Amino acid sequence: MAQLLETDLVHSTLNIALAGGGDFAEVFVEDRRNESARLDEGRIEELVAGRERGVGVRVVHDDTTGFAHTADLSQRGLAEAARAAAAAARGGGATARSVALAVNPIAYQNDVVILPESVPRAKKIEMLKVADDAARSEGAAIRSVSASYAEGRRRILVANSDGLLATDERVRTRFYVQAVAKSDTGMQTGYEAPGRTMGFEFYDEFAVDVIARTAARQALTLLEAVPAPSGKVPVVLKRGAGGVLFHEACGHGLEADLVHRDASVFAGKIGRRVAADGVTLIDDGAFAREWGTFAIDDEGQSARSNTLIENGVLTDYMWDLVRARQQGRASSGNGRRETYQVLPMVRMTNTFLVAGETDPDDIIANTEFGVYCVQLGGGQVDTASGDFVFGVTEGYLIENGEITRPIRPAQLIGNGPAALCDIDAIGNDFATWSGMCGKSGQSVPVSSGQPTLRVQNLTIGGTAS
Amino acid sequence: MNDEGQVDLLDLCERVVASAEQGEHIEAYAVRTRETDIEVFNANVESLSIAGIDGVGVRVVRDGRQGFAWAGSLAESFVRDAVADARDNAKFAEPDEFNGLATAADVASAPKVELDLWREELLAVDTDTKVEFALTLDATLRAADPRLRAVESASYGDGAVETALASSNGVTASLRRTICSASAVALAGVAEATMSGYGFAVGRHFADLDLDAIVAMAVERTVRLLGAAPISSRRTAVIFDPLVTSSFLGVLSSAFNAESMLKGRCLFQDRVGEQVAASHVQIIDDPTNLKMMGASPHDSEGVACRSNQLVKDGVLQGFLHNTYTARRAGSKTTASAVRGGFKTTTGVGIKALSFEPGNKNPEQIIEMSQEAFYVQSVSGIHSGTNPISGDFSVGATGVLVRGGEFADPVREVTIASTLPRMLTDIVEVGSDITYLPGSTAGLTLLISDMTLSGT
Repeated sequence: MAQLLETDLVHSTLNIALAGGGDFAEVFVEDRRNESARLDEGRIEELVAGRERGVGVRVVHDDTTGFAHTADLSQRGLAEAARAAAAAARGGGATARSVALAVNPIAYQNDVVILPESVPRAKKIEMLKVADDAARSEGAAIRSVSASYAEGRRRILVANSDGLLATDERVRTRFYVQAVAKSDTGMQTGYEAPGRTMGFEFYDEFAVDVIARTAARQALTLLEAVPAPSGKVPVVLKRGAGGVLFHEACGHGLEADLVHRDASVFAGKIGRRVAADGVTLIDDGAFAREWGTFAIDDEGQSARSNTLIENGVLTDYMWDLVRARQQGRASSGNGRRETYQVLPMVRMTNTFLVAGETDPDDIIANTEFGVYCVQLGGGQVDTASGDFVFGVTEGYLIENGEITRPIRPAQLIGNGPAALCDIDAIGNDFATWSGMCGKSGQSVPVSSGQPTLRVQNLTIGGTAS
Repeated sequence: MNDEGQVDLLDLCERVVASAEQGEHIEAYAVRTRETDIEVFNANVESLSIAGIDGVGVRVVRDGRQGFAWAGSLAESFVRDAVADARDNAKFAEPDEFNGLATAADVASAPKVELDLWREELLAVDTDTKVEFALTLDATLRAADPRLRAVESASYGDGAVETALASSNGVTASLRRTICSASAVALAGVAEATMSGYGFAVGRHFADLDLDAIVAMAVERTVRLLGAAPISSRRTAVIFDPLVTSSFLGVLSSAFNAESMLKGRCLFQDRVGEQVAASHVQIIDDPTNLKMMGASPHDSEGVACRSNQLVKDGVLQGFLHNTYTARRAGSKTTASAVRGGFKTTTGVGIKALSFEPGNKNPEQIIEMSQEAFYVQSVSGIHSGTNPISGDFSVGATGVLVRGGEFADPVREVTIASTLPRMLTDIVEVGSDITYLPGSTAGLTLLISDMTLSGT
């Protein structure tokens, strides 16, 4: 396949970007194709295809970053973007720097087996029908099913004034099912949406009928739900479901840009205890085929496994290239951007808690009263205070060591540092969860993972008196 | 081409439409934006982005089958590929007799609206002036109150957006709007006791941004939370700040959506003509109100916008429709077709939703409250609310009102109820309508009873 942008053109664009001085310049090229289709009311409602291609140029001068982008990949378009970025960086007057680039880019190979675009659309549409049938077969109370697939192929090229020239191709596949069940207790919804950095072989691992049945059963279960409790309770998070807890409770607070702004409760805490014994947290952009995985990040840095918390002690933050350069250290491979049209930021990839030794069944059996969370629906954190929330979309009461009645969806709230120290049981199982993470208006695919675990004290915002 | 050598958007759309094959209906929607974005931290310009995004979305309907494709470029080859993709996609979709584009009759169903959403003056403001504004905002906020520890960020952003639409039914529409905003986040208190609060302003022109008002807002919202702590669980009256009310309306909006209703997953299913809110409550979606940031002369199918009263004296009046849902429901479009840019097809949605203001100002509402929880901000509004089942449970930060006055600041609690109950429990709708970015306006709202979960 042809390189996204010829090396000569990349080179000359970098040189223009640094013509007025500047400490660092980068050219980021992206070509993205997306395809999706949705079934609703038993009918293939819509197919959507999209494509975009463009270049973002940034120039760093002292602490200021200038940025411009263009969809015009001609020499003229690129030169214009490079000049605009340079002007925005407000270098001015300094001596031009010339850049030496590697002649041959480092081209990363993914391990995609079947490119989704090579599969006939008719076959994909058939999967939507299978999902619809499977969800409806779970019970007559299922009134509405919508199913969709989404696949994307994103090729990138990154070159910078350090001489880096690298390319990567990411293929992602995701399948969504939402089911609505209705009874005289009202309407309830169930939702399941696994995603992986994989090709069409994704469906060998995730059968669409299983995804659909899971969503449908959740909606049906919730019809029987009682109001969630209100107040402080022990919370047991099923494997996979609770990764969002770490994403919100400390993940965002460990992003170096927020630490730098003194807007994180974890600032200045390297080497200090921030979590209970046994809590080891890793962010790993190289986690094979996970939803937040890539070979190189959007600044061309290799994805790697970074230990953030080791046995309760904070070991490091996550870094992007520009901030790492300011600190005279290496990037941790966490520089990500949603598209070429925006600047990269420090972002999580696949963030997970390492498994412990306790049998998950024992964790439940040893909980007299509490809440068992099977699915969470995303969350939010105020990194400055560490207060975070996440929604429980499928949860149950634990009464006398047994899982009993389902509860209506409710919000859990806690404070990150306190919640991390309140973890008092870590299971020997493990699973991940895929989702989209938003920060400053940019959304990127991430996964989070954990073993079944218990947090001794979280506030649940139900309505039960 | 226009005088800057750019492709004329309407021309482009009309060229796409002209390529329609026999028996095919085509709609093309093109967008061009120019944006400036400035981030300041610690008296330094951290980043300055100057960018433009162009794109086109193409919808093809043939024999009731609909296909859609988009391209993030207005280059000929991209546009041509998008048309081909949309055409191909239509072949795989299943027919729906109600699929189709807006007709001339739809467009003429309400008088044409003239709204001036474009301020040429904004385009004339040079980048240095904007940078200066962001730097001054940062410096002014830092010096504004000794209790502030730092300014997390100060930013300025503006955009000029042009859109055009053409369809094979002969419908054409174009629109241009400018928008600018500035915001800053302040920090006060140390470590886990750190509280943050933001201030912002939004307008169509640079002169609409009041720097001192942004600073005052950020200071007030940060400082009044100093020392905040969780409180014990209780049932309590709750006062929503205008920003919270705006988020609440955003969640509620799908209850008015005919698309959700037709698909049988709508909170207000079969409730038209019934009491859904307290009898003094009026809810209106009025894109013809120029003060609303979501104001628009026409919807994304080119149909002239009009004011739609959704709740009158607490009674549900009807749903918002585009031409598809109107055909299917045997109703009329309310010009409520919306699209999330050129990458999505047309759906149904709000543009300018608000409660009709009542006659008490926020001070009067606080004064009349013996005990209430004044909610300044909520978190997890998308993870803890379900607009279909109506469950509502969010994290909340604010101040306890006691004896009609602000008392203890509160954090790390949740408030919960259901959307139907909250609407019924509205005791007061404030007079302080606040125009905000996005498609909802805010005002102070007093709700008689919610469950607060804390310690």
